[in-house]
Amino acid sequence: MDLTIFLFLLQDGLTNGAIYALLGLALVLVFSVTRVILIPQGEFVAFGGLAFALLSTGKVPSLIYVSLGTSLAALALDLWHLRGSWQGASLMRAVAWRMALPVITALATLALAGPHTLLLINALLALGMVAPLGPGIYRIAFEPLAEASVLTLLITAVGVHLALEGLGLLIFGAEGFRAPPLSSAQIAAGPLTISGQSVAIFAVTALVMLALWQVFSRTLTGKALRATAINRTGARLVGISATRAGAQAFGIAAAIGALSGVLIAPVTTLYYDTGFIIGLKGFVAAILGALTSFPLTVLAAGAVGLAESLTAFFASDFKDIVVFSLILPVLLLRSLRHARAEDEE
Amino acid sequence: MTRLSNTTLALTAAAVILLAPLVPGVPAYLFDLFDNIGLAALVATGLVLLTGVGRLTSFGQAAFCGIGAYATGLLTTKFGWSPWATLPMALVASGLVSFVLGAFTARLSGHFLPLGTIAWGLSLALLLGSFAYTGAHSGIGAIPPLRIGTVALLQPRQIYAVIWACVLMAVGLCHNLLQSRFGRSVRLLRQSAMAAAAFGIHPARVKLFIFVFAAMLAGLSGWLFAHDQRAINPTSFGIDAGIRYLFMAVVGGGGYIWGGVAGAAFVLILKDVLEQVLPLVSANPTQIEEICFGIILVALLQVAPDGLWPLLARLRPAPAPEVPPLAPGPPPPLAAATRSGAPVEMLRLVGLGRKFGGLSAVDNVDFALRSGEIVGLIGPNGAGKSTTFNMISGALPPSSGEIWLKGQRIDRRKPQAIAGLGLARTFQHVKLVPDMSVLENVALGGHLAGTAGPLHAMARLERREEAALLAEARAQSLRVGLGGVIDKPVGTLALGQQRLVEVARALCNNPDVLLLDEPAAGLRLFEKQALAALLRDLRAEGRAILLVEHDMGFVMELTDHIIVLEFGRKIAEGAPDVIRASKDVIRAYLGAEA
Repeated sequence: MDLTIFLFLLQDGLTNGAIYALLGLALVLVFSVTRVILIPQGEFVAFGGLAFALLSTGKVPSLIYVSLGTSLAALALDLWHLRGSWQGASLMRAVAWRMALPVITALATLALAGPHTLLLINALLALGMVAPLGPGIYRIAFEPLAEASVLTLLITAVGVHLALEGLGLLIFGAEGFRAPPLSSAQIAAGPLTISGQSVAIFAVTALVMLALWQVFSRTLTGKALRATAINRTGARLVGISATRAGAQAFGIAAAIGALSGVLIAPVTTLYYDTGFIIGLKGFVAAILGALTSFPLTVLAAGAVGLAESLTAFFASDFKDIVVFSLILPVLLLRSLRHARAEDEE
Repeated sequence: MTRLSNTTLALTAAAVILLAPLVPGVPAYLFDLFDNIGLAALVATGLVLLTGVGRLTSFGQAAFCGIGAYATGLLTTKFGWSPWATLPMALVASGLVSFVLGAFTARLSGHFLPLGTIAWGLSLALLLGSFAYTGAHSGIGAIPPLRIGTVALLQPRQIYAVIWACVLMAVGLCHNLLQSRFGRSVRLLRQSAMAAAAFGIHPARVKLFIFVFAAMLAGLSGWLFAHDQRAINPTSFGIDAGIRYLFMAVVGGGGYIWGGVAGAAFVLILKDVLEQVLPLVSANPTQIEEICFGIILVALLQVAPDGLWPLLARLRPAPAPEVPPLAPGPPPPLAAATRSGAPVEMLRLVGLGRKFGGLSAVDNVDFALRSGEIVGLIGPNGAGKSTTFNMISGALPPSSGEIWLKGQRIDRRKPQAIAGLGLARTFQHVKLVPDMSVLENVALGGHLAGTAGPLHAMARLERREEAALLAEARAQSLRVGLGGVIDKPVGTLALGQQRLVEVARALCNNPDVLLLDEPAAGLRLFEKQALAALLRDLRAEGRAILLVEHDMGFVMELTDHIIVLEFGRKIAEGAPDVIRASKDVIRAYLGAEA
């Protein structure tokens, strides 16, 4: 392996690592706020990427109807929950909070979709379709189970994953799609050619992380989410709604998932079921970050991406085996160090 | 309902299940369906034990099915072994692989274990698909069927009885295992590894056993699967299958012995119904099936977060708890005589210290405890009392100093060894199993008095010992005044009573040295008086008691000697009257009114 190849692999690994870092962050956020291990994160990735790819061929993805349907079902549950106390203003707010984004996205998609639509608009539309799925799914599947065990929540997440995967097959079909790159520039830097797409991925990842950091350290919403993550009961006692925090966490996770999908759709061919394994690698990063630490998760994601691209070069059949086995010693070390702390939970 | 009729019911049900193939006219496809349910139920039953009861989440059980299936597939097709001869090999292979993986990963705590299981769940199927020797992606074909005498079990109807005999056996073994000394220790372990260790349970060994046992059930399922299908390939043993088994166990009811069977039946029957109904109503049945399946699964968990079995079990009256009947009466005398006589030094702390980072939680503390003596350990919150307890009982290694118990140095020993020397403790924050009865919780304290392991329990060879353990537990429960609630789940008791359960559990270890961490907190006045009387009795029996307590009336009245800690240092020690008058102690803790 010469330097050029190594640098290429390095770039490839770090690009993937950036995506895993985004997904890992979303998983950490959702887990710490709601205790849900978000298996369907992979579907958000696939849906976002596939919708983006379809939009760039000028077609209207039927995902808009899934997004509308999910939001309507969640709205029905909201209204059922509020029955007896329906008032004009609160009713309007409930409807607006559930339906504004999916309706606007659907109308915009029908109006704007075409073979010559700007990639950026397509990307925004894809995000707008997937993001409402997060709070909707949270409302339907997880909110009623807020007090259930982590295992029950996990299995519920598996159920959601199966339903979404089936939906994915139904609306996108079994064939794979690849989207045009956000940037087709090639930058030569010494022995290395850096693709514009890689730069785009890094830039967007950095922007998202910066934005998340700002949200969590500056805004009231972000602080409320952090408070809920640290101590749900305590947060409730000071008037933070755990339910709203859960919905927000799911919304952010869905948006991040969709964004990751948009970013990788030009790099890999996406199928309706590709998301699962990508999500799983984000999960690896999240676990290595002990499901609580954001900076560790980002570091771990970089390592996962690198390990993957290096083994893909040497023994591509064993790529996933190596990625998942490499973490065992790390896991063992971590759990030995955490063994005592765990008992005191 | 009596035990006898439970047994009768179980035997009748078993007979009905096993004799079903003799009923004429049942279509073959139903047997095929029930064969598949049985195969999945075997794996899911292992998961009930591992995940539902033991809280060790595994996504990787399908890998062990694969090992069982490939073991027999290779041995029969490449080496000409007879299918029955490969059964032990399939079990040994899955057992060995899980032993190695388990020695490594069963130590993983919390969310690390599921990830570890995903690792091998993915890897094994990928590996099997990568080697020409195992037939790569197309797997192994032409595996011979099982034979009974000269009859080859080729039809679903024929192998059905073999599969379901295995399922019933597996459920029976798990049932026996859970209703035993070993089963109780699994339940305590998932609640608190620290409490388990304090009563002599070795967490790593217990985890490894249930891990290997669950894997062997999966291996058995794989072996049966290979001879049922007579062709195998890696896709049956991948991570998807592993996830499916786990959700069968959860949907069925992870905490219930029949949960695995219920979950397997529900999931596979639902799939079958969907496969038959959907083509009639939709043009895309396959896609719709997965969607419906996911939605039904989510909906079901909303209605029954603990799984289906508790819903089914409500249909018939709850069986009486399986406790050997015992006439209530005065507790049998304990072996107290050996302890009477001149007071002997039982416990000595020499310069004991413990640092957490820069903080000295306990700093250079010395004191001694003699037999037939109650010593109070008091001080404000954060003074280091519980840390001292944790060091004495071996839960926390000291940073400096020595601890001597009955003439042996114990500060580097494990909690299990220290418990074996005759020390027992209670916990400030109760560490009990809420869904187990008072009696069973108390019996955990007698863990070291028993010797029967999990294999004895499965074969019910330990019934005499079990009866003796439960009799002792009953005696100790009566002794602390819990006779009225002995069969109630501990989770339904008031906190004060739960503390008494902790005391009874500690007594069940027949301790020479007893460490009580705030036993009177949450007790009402008359309960406190009863507890004080009990502690006096224990003292009269020659036991040494170290008592942490904030109720100063209780402490002053009861103790012979008091140690006062503040910020980890001993600031005073002496008889209750001396302590009450000490200026330092009044400043630090008691306040002017004491």
